[in-house]
Amino acid sequence: MATTITPGESYGFFTDTSICIGCKACEVACKEWNQLQGDSPHFLADSYDNTGQLDAQNWRHVKFIDNVPDQTASAGDGRAWLMMSDVCKHCKHASCMDVCPTGAIIRTEFDTVFIQQDVCNGCRNCVAACPYSVIAMNQTTGTAHKCTLCYDRLQGGLEPACAKACPTQSIKFGPLAELQQAADVRLAALQSQGITQAQLYGRDDTVYGGLNAFFLLMDKPETYGLPNSSNAGLPSRNDVGGYLVGLVTAVLGTIAGIVAFRRRRES
Amino acid sequence: MIYLSAEHFVRAPQWTWYILFYFFFAGLAGGSYALATLLRLVGEPRDEGAARLGFYGSFVATLFCPVLLTTDLAASWWKFWHMLINVTPGDQGLNFKYWSPMSVGVWALVVFSVFAAVSAFESFVLDRRDRNAMGDPGRPMGGVLGRAFNIVGGILALLLASYTGVLLSVSNQPIWSDTWMLGGLFLASGLSGSAALIALMTRYRPNAAFSLARLHEADGYFSILELVLLVAFFITIIAAGTAGRTVQFLPLWLLVLVGIGSSLVAARGHMRVRPTGGAAVVARAGTDTLVVSLLVLLGVLALRAAVIFSAQ
Repeated sequence: MATTITPGESYGFFTDTSICIGCKACEVACKEWNQLQGDSPHFLADSYDNTGQLDAQNWRHVKFIDNVPDQTASAGDGRAWLMMSDVCKHCKHASCMDVCPTGAIIRTEFDTVFIQQDVCNGCRNCVAACPYSVIAMNQTTGTAHKCTLCYDRLQGGLEPACAKACPTQSIKFGPLAELQQAADVRLAALQSQGITQAQLYGRDDTVYGGLNAFFLLMDKPETYGLPNSSNAGLPSRNDVGGYLVGLVTAVLGTIAGIVAFRRRRES
Repeated sequence: MIYLSAEHFVRAPQWTWYILFYFFFAGLAGGSYALATLLRLVGEPRDEGAARLGFYGSFVATLFCPVLLTTDLAASWWKFWHMLINVTPGDQGLNFKYWSPMSVGVWALVVFSVFAAVSAFESFVLDRRDRNAMGDPGRPMGGVLGRAFNIVGGILALLLASYTGVLLSVSNQPIWSDTWMLGGLFLASGLSGSAALIALMTRYRPNAAFSLARLHEADGYFSILELVLLVAFFITIIAAGTAGRTVQFLPLWLLVLVGIGSSLVAARGHMRVRPTGGAAVVARAGTDTLVVSLLVLLGVLALRAAVIFSAQ
């Protein structure tokens, strides 16, 4: 699908997990384009996935979620693995942007969330804030890293490397409005086939105001390690409460100090 | 409350030893300045010696803060000033985000440092002036303006001592973001530790001994406040379902309780001997002040360690 990329328009990913085959071509393409060396090989021994998680060297990660039943599956009950190519969600209300004290995290002309490496000073506030465990520190550069949604490729009119490499078109790239339409159609098709557990995640604004990288899931969000809408809170939700308790303590502490230090008649 | 039923899928930021000690020194820097201001403004003239100790202690503790924060940035240490100045092309200027406690805190530290330095310098000048004089320390300089200076510094000091807790809460980390109590808890603990620190320093300044009993009394009040907030903290994280993470750091939590208990015991003892001052009181109190103050300071450090490491 050739897409004309125009600055000022919102772009994103629609990742349809129902057709992900776990080939990890997206991971490889991401590393190739972004010159990520990858972590040292290690055997996790908990699935066929040894990447483990998104981090500074893995900006795409295909999760292998073991859904194999303990008992032998009966005929027609062929669920075995949930596969999901995870990535930065490029949230409309991004927790990382919310807390970044340096202004390093910006929203680009393509409505994506981007960390300016020359501005980031490695405070790790965004790591503490990101509810998806997306951002991680690159120890060599001392800065926070994550998916850029191939900002450089978008500027050159190219679609992101992962979407281009995906052989099943599980990862679709395009203007957000078009992707949302496509997702609605796909969901309706699945549900008409009786797959009632299929659901869209981040398609609407119930999760962080909507996600530019949203998903069609085959189970509830928590199964994939994603917070559901009732748990998707911005860090700043605690600003007022936190300062308020601090203020009350300051007032009580001051009163306590006055009581202890006040001038008094000596006995 | 809905926000307390949080499930967390976040990565730990690896805020460890540098940040732990930064929180410790920020608590003491802010707490000592606030107590010094109170001693000077509402205390007896004879409390001026202890007030100056507080200003000295605050300044020295403040010196550690930027060093620890900058060191924590590791390879990007040389970009520490990006906290204050935005260098984004097309968006250059001062960086201040009132909704980001880290931004608020960095500015609070920078501005407070000026107050801490000036007040410590003033104390130094007054001490030099008093060096050959007998009896109580002389009055501070500046009149109304001087008092206003101390009050503004004291407010910033309270902010510095408490924002570190709010900073942790304004995240999506388990425990930290499941409670609003951390700002108040760190402040109460910082004030308690600062009272203990100044009390400890009175051992080396005879004309500050008058304030010893008052400092222990204040420490007792702050410890009650800390205990109440600690209970509230645990209630909130139990409600959130994340309290289990604290169990592995039980020894640290016990140290916190030992610190609080020491403060309360010392406060009770000193409140029996009302602050009539003098060497006799000091002689009796010398040893227990040393032990109690060290335990309290250890408790202040343990509280921050327990909170920081429980979530990570």
